[in-house]
Parts: sequence; C-alpha cells; structure tokens
Amino acid sequence: MSMLKSRETILALAILALLAAIASRFPGFVSPGNLARVLTDTSPLILLALGQMTVILTKCIDLSVAANLALCGMVAALMNGAGVPLPLILLAVILLGAALGAVNGLLVWKLGIPSIVVTLGTMTIYRGSIFLMTGGAWINAHQMSDAFKAFPRTVVLGLPVMAWIGLAGVAAMALVLTRTPLGRAFHAVGGNPHAAVYTGLSVGRTQCAAFVLSGALAGLTGYLWVARYAVAYVDIAAGFELDVVAACVIGGIAIAGGAGSVAGAVMGALFLGIIKNALPVVGISPFWQMAISGSAILVAIAFNAASQREPGRIILKQAEHRT
Amino acid sequence: MTTAINGRHIPDRLTSPAARALKSWEGLLLVVAVAIFILNALASPYFLDPWNLSDASFNFTEKAMIAFAMAMLIVAGEIDLSVGAIIALVSTVMGLAMTLGTPTPVLVLLGLGTGLLCGAFNGLLVAGFGLPSIVVTIGTMSLFRGISYIVLGDGAFTGYPESFAWFGQGYVFWVITVELVIFALAALVFGVLLHRTSLGRMVYAIGNNATAARFSGIRVERVRFILFLLTGLMSGIAAICLTSRLGSTRPSIAAGFELEVVTIVVLGGVSILGGSGSVLGVVLAALVMGLVTFGLGLLNVPGIVMSIVTGALLIAVIAIPRLWAMARRR
Repeated sequence: MSMLKSRETILALAILALLAAIASRFPGFVSPGNLARVLTDTSPLILLALGQMTVILTKCIDLSVAANLALCGMVAALMNGAGVPLPLILLAVILLGAALGAVNGLLVWKLGIPSIVVTLGTMTIYRGSIFLMTGGAWINAHQMSDAFKAFPRTVVLGLPVMAWIGLAGVAAMALVLTRTPLGRAFHAVGGNPHAAVYTGLSVGRTQCAAFVLSGALAGLTGYLWVARYAVAYVDIAAGFELDVVAACVIGGIAIAGGAGSVAGAVMGALFLGIIKNALPVVGISPFWQMAISGSAILVAIAFNAASQREPGRIILKQAEHRT
Repeated sequence: MTTAINGRHIPDRLTSPAARALKSWEGLLLVVAVAIFILNALASPYFLDPWNLSDASFNFTEKAMIAFAMAMLIVAGEIDLSVGAIIALVSTVMGLAMTLGTPTPVLVLLGLGTGLLCGAFNGLLVAGFGLPSIVVTIGTMSLFRGISYIVLGDGAFTGYPESFAWFGQGYVFWVITVELVIFALAALVFGVLLHRTSLGRMVYAIGNNATAARFSGIRVERVRFILFLLTGLMSGIAAICLTSRLGSTRPSIAAGFELEVVTIVVLGGVSILGGSGSVLGVVLAALVMGLVTFGLGLLNVPGIVMSIVTGALLIAVIAIPRLWAMARRR
C-alpha cells in the first residue's frame, strides 16, 4: 500500500514539475481560468480512464471505448435531430453505452474470449455501425438544438457542467471502488482470479460488470463530446482508446490487473491533458502529441514494472544468467 | 478396438490422415475458401478474369507477409500491435531518404533496417525488460506513428523513383505480381521456420508453458527477441511493398493494419492464447480474407463496412468453436 501511495506521489510531483516548467516560461498557463479550461478539456479522458481502469483492474482491456463513444455521440445527435428532450437523450446514451459494453463483457464472460480480441473486433463493428446509420454523413452545429450544445458549456459555480460531470465521475468511482462490494470484487478478481473464485466471486461476471461500467461512461462521454465540439461523424475520437489506455498506464494501473487507484487514473489523464493543452502554448506542433503520449506510456510501464518486480522472479532470472 | 486406460478409451489406431485433414481447421478453411471463390464467380462476371484476381491479391499479400511473423509471435504467447505503425515509420524514413535523392537499393535497405530496428526496440522492451507485450506495443504504436506525424504533419512524400515502383506494381511473369512472389516465399520460409526447425519447436514450447520451456534450457527471452525482430523485418518488407504500390507516404498509411493482421492469424487457427497454430492455416486465412474483401468490393460495399465484416469475422471465428463446444457439452 505504501508503494502504491509513493507511486501516486511521484506522479503528482511529476505533474507539478511539468506545470512549474511550463509556468516558468508561460505564467498564463497556470492561471486558475486556464487550469479550469484544461480540466474541462480533459474531462472526457478522465471519464473514460475511470472506466478503463476498472476493466484493467479485472485483467481485461477495452479497446472499443472510443468507437463506443463515437457511436453513442452520433445516436445522441440523431435523437436531438428527432426532437427528443435532453434528459431522455442522456439516459439513452448511457444505456446504449452500457449495452455496448455488455456485448464486450458477455463475450468475455460467457465465451471466455480474450478481451483484447473481443474489443479489437467490436471497435471496428461499433465504428462501422455509425457509417451504416448515417451513410457517412456529418451532423453539424446548425443541425443541433441550442440546448443540446449549451448543456456541457453551462457554467455552474465557476466551472462548466462538463468539468462537473468529470469531477462527479471521479467521486462516484472512488466511492464504488473503495466502499462497495463491487469495487472490492474488481480488485479481487484481477489480483488473484483463482482465490476470487474460492471466495465466491464470479470472475466472468465481475469482468462483465467492469465492461458495462466502462461502456456506460463512454456513452455519457459520447454526448458530451458531440455537444461540446458541435459535430458528429464517423471518425470522431478515432484512436482515443490509446490515450485512455495511456492515461491508465501512466496512472500506475497494473496491466496485469488487481492494482490501481482512481487517483492514479485521474492523474494519468491530467498528465496527458496538460501536455496536450501546453503544446500549442509552448509552440510545439500538435503533431508531437502522439509520439509524446507513446513515450509516456513506455516510460510509465517500465517504471511500474521496475517497482512491481517480485523478488522470486529476480532470483530465477539470476539463476538463468549464470548458466 | 479400444483399450481402456484409467477409464479413458484409447483407440488402437488414429483416424485416417485424409479424414483428419478434412476435420482440421485448415481443411475447413480450404472448403470455405473454395466456397467463397465459387460464390464470387457466380455473383460477378468480372471475378474470374486473371488480371482482376491478380489485382485482388493486393488485398492480402502485404498483410499476410506480416501475419506469418505475427503467427509465430502469437504462438509464442506474445502480440505486436505496432505493425501498422512500423509500416508508417519505415515508409516515412524511406520517403525522407527519397527526397534526398537516395537510389532505390539503398531505400530498400533503409526500409528493412528501420523495420528491424523497430522490431528490436519492441523486443528489447518485452524480452529485455520483461514488460507485457500488449502495452509495450500499444505504446510503440503511438511512438512510431507519432514520429511519422512529427516528420510529415499533414503533408506527404510523393515522387518515388520509377525503379522503386517495381516492388508494389511490378510483375514477375504474366499476372504473377512481385508481391505475390514475396508472399509465397515468405509462406515457405515461415512454414519451414515454424514447423521444421528447432526455433519453431521452441516457439511452441514457450507458447504452451514459458516456465517449463525455460527450465528445459530454452533461452526464452532470446527467442522472444528474435520473434519481434522477425515481425519488424516483415513489417519493413510490407512497408516497402505498400509504399511502392501507393507511390506516396502519409502518416496515416496502413492505419488499422494490426487489426487485420491479427484477424488473419486468428482466422488461420492460431490460438490467441498461444501454443498452437500452423503457417498453412495462416496462408488459407489470408486467401479467405482476400477473397471476401474482393467479393465485397465487386458488390460495391464501402471499405468501412468491410471493416465491420473483418471485426465480426475475428470474433465469430473464436466464438463459434466455443459455442459449438458448449452446445455439445449439454
């Protein structure tokens, strides 16, 4: 536990150092107003990273989140076009996202197919479905109602609703993961599946629950994304699943399952969000973003692995080198 | 005649080789390939034209080259999701060299070298530092393609020398393309490598039980490193073919290749959990995928719908045998 804490402390320090480095040249970046903008901008990543974290905790991975987001976003835009009121749209996208997550979860649970294969497949199926629904057409700002677009931007108590939803997601997930049997189950199933079975937990069902949670969050984010950028088309958030996995890996969520915290996932997302927002300020081409997040993933996993290496394995490796 | 040992009935003789071949995954794939071939021939009058078929082979040759190496990697229980990104980086390096006036042979060597370097980088992280290959290659996938984006931004390299076009647009003999020959050679080399050499045996041993393999004296990490190197090399070769065929380099080149390559491998009967599979299966799976894409193309189905078919195929291929087994247990 102390090791976990220390890893998050290191990440927090890294974020502070990053902010300090940017602030030394561009003090405007750390003004409260701009930091709030960064938080708002990073909210989708935070929400998806929270879902991805629960999936990774149970030894799975969800590569379909970005496609799920895009599909739900398109459905939200289409429902808006049909005149459905906003609360119903919100409910619908959350349910649809959860259902898409359940498809992943059921394939993993009932058929025992490795999650990477399932979600690699559903990723293309979900995104392709958007094309089937729309024939590749775009839904632009003028085709969306004002209420639909305004909701995520509405400022409440100094922060836009989008940021508040991100924060609410963080609070809710922290509660679920540390204070409920389900949260305990996520950790137990990933930490030691065999032991989890002996304590009466269904590994598959818990994994399925994680996928449903991840899907529901992706669905909600789909609406936020489409409303905020005021456009919906087949390729929105393409490749975003990599950023989400990157946020989790940077946040110290062990890819082998069982270890990780909400604070880690959130800080991993914020780390990437700060870099993304700082690049144009510092004057680096946004085309650097992809390579930087790739490098950040590699550094983070190397770092995590170094701190997680079990003593037993090291002994075996030394013995191996001697021969 | 059967003999009972420990309550299990052991038949005196196995079923005949022909019957086994028919029941095997490869036999099934062959039947599927022939069926799709006949369906395509019936559905479109343009299908049976040798030149059309030769054109259609581009649907799978580049992906299949990588699939052979990926198959060995997956048999060994690893995976490489960075293959599409390696193609992007290799293509970018060649494009950069091309703008400096580098002659074709050097371009090819540069391409192969860059592919090998990328593979070595993955291999070093996985085998050298003991990191899980899924996350490592998700990371390098961003890194490699990210470097392409840094170099190219939203631009492109065009104007490759005419001699470079031979790899992706040339013909060796009649309708037999250069790529088809490379594909066949790769199939042969990897078939021998996986099924007739000690390296191949080690790959199966590692895939079935890496710890046991290590205790039986196999240098597990070195074999893993070699496999990543091979995948990098084949991605480099595929990048040369693809760049030569398209005649240009964009940072988005070969986007989503990893999905199709993994689909071909899994469709070919290679267990995603490692330990089993054959090169013949991968060859047949590549043919099936190529025929399906070509057939859909003839029916004017857009590319993104084909990707739905690919995704569904990937899941169905694994799901159906499991559903079948579940149904039989009841």
